[in-house]
Amino acid sequence: MPAKRVYMDHSAGRPLDPRVVEDMLLYVKSFNVNPSSFHSFGQKARQAVEDAREKVADLVSAQRKESVIFTSGATESNNMAIKGVAHRNKDRGKHIITSSIEHMSVLNPCKYLMTRGFKVTFLPVDHYGFVDVKRLEEELTDETILVSIMYANGEIGTIQPIREISEIVHGKSVYLHVDATAASGQVQVDVDKEGIDLLTISSNDMYGPQSVGALYIKTGTRMEPIIHGGGQERGLRSGTENVAGIVGFGKAAEIAKKEMHGESERLKRLRDKFIKGLIDPILYSFLNGHPSERLPNNVAVRYSFIEGESMLLSLDMMGVAASSGSACTAKTLEPSHVLRAIGLKHEEAHGSLLFTLGKQNTEEEVDYVISIMPDIVKRLRKMSPLTPKELIE
Amino acid sequence: MYSDKVMEHFRNPRNMGEILDADGVGTVGNPVCGDLMTMYIKVKDNNIADIKFKTFGCGAAIATSSITTELAKGKTLKEAMKIARKDVADALEGLPPVKMHCSNLAADALHAAIEDYYKKHKAEKEMKK
Repeated sequence: MPAKRVYMDHSAGRPLDPRVVEDMLLYVKSFNVNPSSFHSFGQKARQAVEDAREKVADLVSAQRKESVIFTSGATESNNMAIKGVAHRNKDRGKHIITSSIEHMSVLNPCKYLMTRGFKVTFLPVDHYGFVDVKRLEEELTDETILVSIMYANGEIGTIQPIREISEIVHGKSVYLHVDATAASGQVQVDVDKEGIDLLTISSNDMYGPQSVGALYIKTGTRMEPIIHGGGQERGLRSGTENVAGIVGFGKAAEIAKKEMHGESERLKRLRDKFIKGLIDPILYSFLNGHPSERLPNNVAVRYSFIEGESMLLSLDMMGVAASSGSACTAKTLEPSHVLRAIGLKHEEAHGSLLFTLGKQNTEEEVDYVISIMPDIVKRLRKMSPLTPKELIE
Repeated sequence: MYSDKVMEHFRNPRNMGEILDADGVGTVGNPVCGDLMTMYIKVKDNNIADIKFKTFGCGAAIATSSITTELAKGKTLKEAMKIARKDVADALEGLPPVKMHCSNLAADALHAAIEDYYKKHKAEKEMKK
């Protein structure tokens, strides 16, 4: 095992903040109490859930904490937003607009709805990954009931012009759902100022526990549940609440609110140094996504003539954990749909490498990865039949 | 996810490179799919006297290329034609199921190189007639 251990795959999973663990332990150690119970035990758990709701609402500047519905994570929140709005509003129309670079938990519910008589428009993006806003305006019709666009893309980092999008969408009285999973805890989101009707928020992306998430639903939004049962979460999400998880999520949101600004500034400096260090010394290297309108922790690059998984393996041998949009690391054997949508050819997408930074990453770690990358690329290029001869000498 | 043997060949690939005056060259795969391999062989007395590879692809693609050159070196052309994908995977102590088809192309590249040799050789024989 290599001496260095550098974890730079935070978009896939994050460690819990120790302060989150501490708060959760209070509820993990004691026996499970149902917050719907009438007795004082239950009421204490209820209070903990409601405190957490307040903190999550506060993070996204929601006026009323009741607008926050706890779910089992971002995938459920996205499913709930899309199917919940679609089914409840199909009397108004059956058209949904989304983008071609959304997460699978948005794209696949949309595709499912297409099999149920809905029409879905998948907006193209430019080479930076920005949604074609003009096209959005053109595609909106009287039949459109929902527009779902992500806040920022986790694979290429690009942050969408949400305010501009919401102005266009609301001009037509259509609901706007924003999947803020990748942006959670990194970018200040304000649901009121940005005109967001439904917002998916992830817990783990802000160092909270996995398998908890939330959907912000603006008061008055017409929607129906996708999970039916005992009527918890105002009837919108049945099932006994995951108290310890929700408490941890609340704490993570509280910490994010306080520390996000400073940490994001630190990460941006590291990110920009990292990108420069990965690209400048190596020929035929490129940045994926936009240079400045990007998530503070996102470093997405690509190298020509070599393949992502072999780079990941090489990095792993040196103790560095990263990710790739290459087909060879996916279950589908297709390169990432996001990299294809920004116009990369298959072989370009295969050469992509994604580092997502987090709280514990230091400048020294960034320097270390910058220092080992040229040799990794050189070795693999030497093996590749695609590498031009003059590059090997 | 990979066996130690795969990792060992990925770290220290055998017979990597090109043979400029190769007797047979075989290329299989496609950069679009993420795997592209070229095998170069030198033939002497119907034996594979030398063999080299170049590969664009994942760890499995590189390891299968490397071990195939080891399996083929010194074998007669007829024996080398019999090296199958399964032999390559077995020699590497197994491959992840998802990699069995997409990245296990080295045997095909070897066969293509041998066929290329036969084709050229036949052409040469015809010329001499």
